[in-house]
Amino acid sequence: MKTASKIYTGLVMLFLFAPIAILLVFSFNASKSLSVFSGFSLHWYSELLRDSETLSAVRNTLVLAVSAALISTVMGTAAAVGIHKLKNRYLRAAMDSVTNIPMINPDIITGISLMLMFVFVGRLFGAATSLNFATMLIAHITFCLPYVILQVLPKLQQMDKSLPEAAMDLGCTPMRAFLKVEVPEIMPGIVTGLIMAFTLSLDDFVISYFTAGNGFQTLPIRIYNMTKKTVTPKMYALATIIFFVILFLLLLSNLTDADTVQAVRTAREKKRARKNA
Amino acid sequence: MKKKSSGSLALVQRLALAPYSVWAVLFIVVPLIFVAYYAFTDLDFHFTTDNITRFFTATSVISDEAGEREVHTYVLIFLRSLKLAAISTVICLLFGYPFAYLISKASARTQSVLITLIMIPMWMNFLIRTYAWMTILQDTGLLNGLLDALGLGRIHIIGTESAVVIGMVYDYFPYMILPIYSVMAKMDVKLIEAARDLGCNPAGVLRRVIWPLSLPGVISGVTMVLIPSISTFYISQKLGNGKFYLIGDAIEGQYVANNLHFAAAIAFILMVILLFGMAFMQRFANKRAAV
Amino acid sequence: MMKRLLSVLLAAVMLFALCALSGCGSSKTLTLNVYNWGEYISDGSEGSLDTIKAFEKWYAETYGEKIKVNYTTYASNEDMYAKLASGAVSYDVIIPSDYMIARLASENMLLPLDFTNIPNYEYIGEDFRGLYYDPDNVYSVPYTYGVVGVIYNAAVVDEADAGGWDLMWNEKYKGQIVQFNNSRDAFATAMYKLDIDVNTDDHAEWERALAELKAQAPLVKSYVMDEIYNMMESGEAAVGAYYAGDYFTMLDAQAENVDLRFYYPERTNYFFDAMCIPSCCQHKELAEIFINYMLSEEPAIANAEYIYYASPNSLVYESEEYREELGEEAMELLYPGIDDFRERYNELAYRNLDPETLSFVNTLWESLKIG
Repeated sequence: MKTASKIYTGLVMLFLFAPIAILLVFSFNASKSLSVFSGFSLHWYSELLRDSETLSAVRNTLVLAVSAALISTVMGTAAAVGIHKLKNRYLRAAMDSVTNIPMINPDIITGISLMLMFVFVGRLFGAATSLNFATMLIAHITFCLPYVILQVLPKLQQMDKSLPEAAMDLGCTPMRAFLKVEVPEIMPGIVTGLIMAFTLSLDDFVISYFTAGNGFQTLPIRIYNMTKKTVTPKMYALATIIFFVILFLLLLSNLTDADTVQAVRTAREKKRARKNA
Repeated sequence: MKKKSSGSLALVQRLALAPYSVWAVLFIVVPLIFVAYYAFTDLDFHFTTDNITRFFTATSVISDEAGEREVHTYVLIFLRSLKLAAISTVICLLFGYPFAYLISKASARTQSVLITLIMIPMWMNFLIRTYAWMTILQDTGLLNGLLDALGLGRIHIIGTESAVVIGMVYDYFPYMILPIYSVMAKMDVKLIEAARDLGCNPAGVLRRVIWPLSLPGVISGVTMVLIPSISTFYISQKLGNGKFYLIGDAIEGQYVANNLHFAAAIAFILMVILLFGMAFMQRFANKRAAV
Repeated sequence: MMKRLLSVLLAAVMLFALCALSGCGSSKTLTLNVYNWGEYISDGSEGSLDTIKAFEKWYAETYGEKIKVNYTTYASNEDMYAKLASGAVSYDVIIPSDYMIARLASENMLLPLDFTNIPNYEYIGEDFRGLYYDPDNVYSVPYTYGVVGVIYNAAVVDEADAGGWDLMWNEKYKGQIVQFNNSRDAFATAMYKLDIDVNTDDHAEWERALAELKAQAPLVKSYVMDEIYNMMESGEAAVGAYYAGDYFTMLDAQAENVDLRFYYPERTNYFFDAMCIPSCCQHKELAEIFINYMLSEEPAIANAEYIYYASPNSLVYESEEYREELGEEAMELLYPGIDDFRERYNELAYRNLDPETLSFVNTLWESLKIG
């Protein structure tokens, strides 16, 4: 049984990492082809470093993902606290349904719907550019928010209600009680929400495609627009670098990670909330 | 004094909901109204149901082994998308469920390593990952090279429904595992032991204890795989050799052809179907959980 | 573990973003929004000129003012049109194809150019002026042009079968043929083959072309755009039509057992991509200065070498350095030296279709793709 599960795990990992192995190999290709390997070279890495358009797309993608993740985490956490306190059943049900919409709606619909609204409102006010970085950011925050809320909410429900009250009995102001007592309790949910939001925003193509506008291009859009000409191994080199950066950070955090149990608890709690999806 | 401060805390906490409420109305609810508005208007923004009727009535002639026949274009596209998405979801569930179970039974450290490994591919670009699958699956690709070397003969897979399904399964597999795992990870081991003590065989334990308890995770996993699979347009273009026109392709195609109103109509219909479908599934799950 | 990973990563990214943003702190900088095809400008790779950077530098030196070019890309004319028509964007320079220029002009979406700001226009060859899409030379400055041809793998395809559009309908190569994955180019292959006017508004003619495409469908391996490179290079596909210069990109990367060749069918598509200023432009004079810069020798040659399409700029096609760089074979192929170029072009190029025909063609295309 033990062996069987190891083999099974191995197969799943093989499936998950096969394309990544491909990226890795072809990023070292001497020619421009993504399917014929003609020799080892670091050519595409040096090309990548000289490609200012791609580098600025990477920068844009990161700026967008970080901003979207931070804003949606703050707003989403606050929202979770508020939703948790809602006594009215109908209001609560309405809140839950609205929060569910971006998760049940395919991203193509979220993208189109936001685009239609931005364009319409932009026209109404005669704005020259109604699609720009701000609209993309709004779109990303919108689809990240529910994931944050659904991570934080269960943490609040698990929390002992008497904790903040006890803190206030001991002389804490309400705000201080919230920050010092409640926030640490729900922190794992907040962090997981942040990770999810960052990951989703980083990987999003469809919503960006519809809401992108002037002068702000993310990496997925840049890659998609290579449609007439070929996608170069430069992009594979970029993916490989991303992969190794993550791997490096993982090893780093693994080495410094004394408290494995804490890590597992985080991982566990992170997933838990998703069942509410 | 005490009462007042806890009262003001409650107020602050309720106020915390305000930004999100405004946001949700402006950027979740209102945009959906815009979809409906565009779906039910023509180019001059006059009311019309033409876009909606067109979805259900437009026909085209296709010919296959069975000869020529007339089909309802968009209904066919929708059903095809649904079929491929459903197959992908079932495969994700079949393989993801036992895997999630395996993870939840592993040691604490292994659990966190495995979960991280599953998430790593999500940090690589989705378009690039899909592109790499082309290199693997094509007729002269790596898979066939491998099969050839093993003397197993070649298979033609790129440009078939299987290739599209593989792409979907690959891209959305983590979304199935993560929620199921999270439910299983906190499942009470004592319940399983109790069932065993009461004479349940392993199959019985799975059917009567583990499965019902993991159902919420399964539901959210299914949602998170099914929804993006139905609406994808990049995977079908790259791995389906441009031969599997899905509902996502149709929406994108209409957008690019600048038929915003019809694009909105397709989106609207898709949205209504999915919202009802999901509400139904949720209700079914709640009922099962209650029993 | 994930938590630590993220906190480290976030910290790194924030630092990076801060550095990046502080770079554009001064609000005095002018910005110019340029919207072009993906991979359609020399970008500094392979030691070539980074056109955008070079322009920014040149501008700062010449005018003593800083300028920032916001360069973004699109995947197709139609993608670009959808963004532009939404009215939600503002670009200063766009580079659409001929038929799209005609459409934009007819919808008052282009501004007439002030050629006193574009003195380098004099280098545009006589043959390339006053073409149908801009008969009075008002709206556009040609950037590249080219011809669609057929690429085939001589290791698989019989030389005797090559020559016309028939090769793409040849039963012998069933499952090895690739067709365009965009409606205009795909329909055109069938229409040139059947001797139909590619710009007809006669629905029956379009349906005839559709029937031809449907007859081809069982032979087609894949409907492709960028995928054609991998497919031809690896021998995955043996026959496909694409834009002339791109053949050389494939040739450079072909596998050992692949032998790619290229020819022009008798009737085929001639296309121009030209620089225009859309009506949403906010810095018209700057845009004209940019266009003028693109016509000057160094960037023009760099772009022509990078894109590998023919250039209408005499500074390019008369340059010894450029001719040498390309080599004789490529020169002959890219510049077929057609005497009656203008007539051929005006006859065979795509023109803007009326909205009703466009929407009809779109419907036909869908019915092909679901089949």
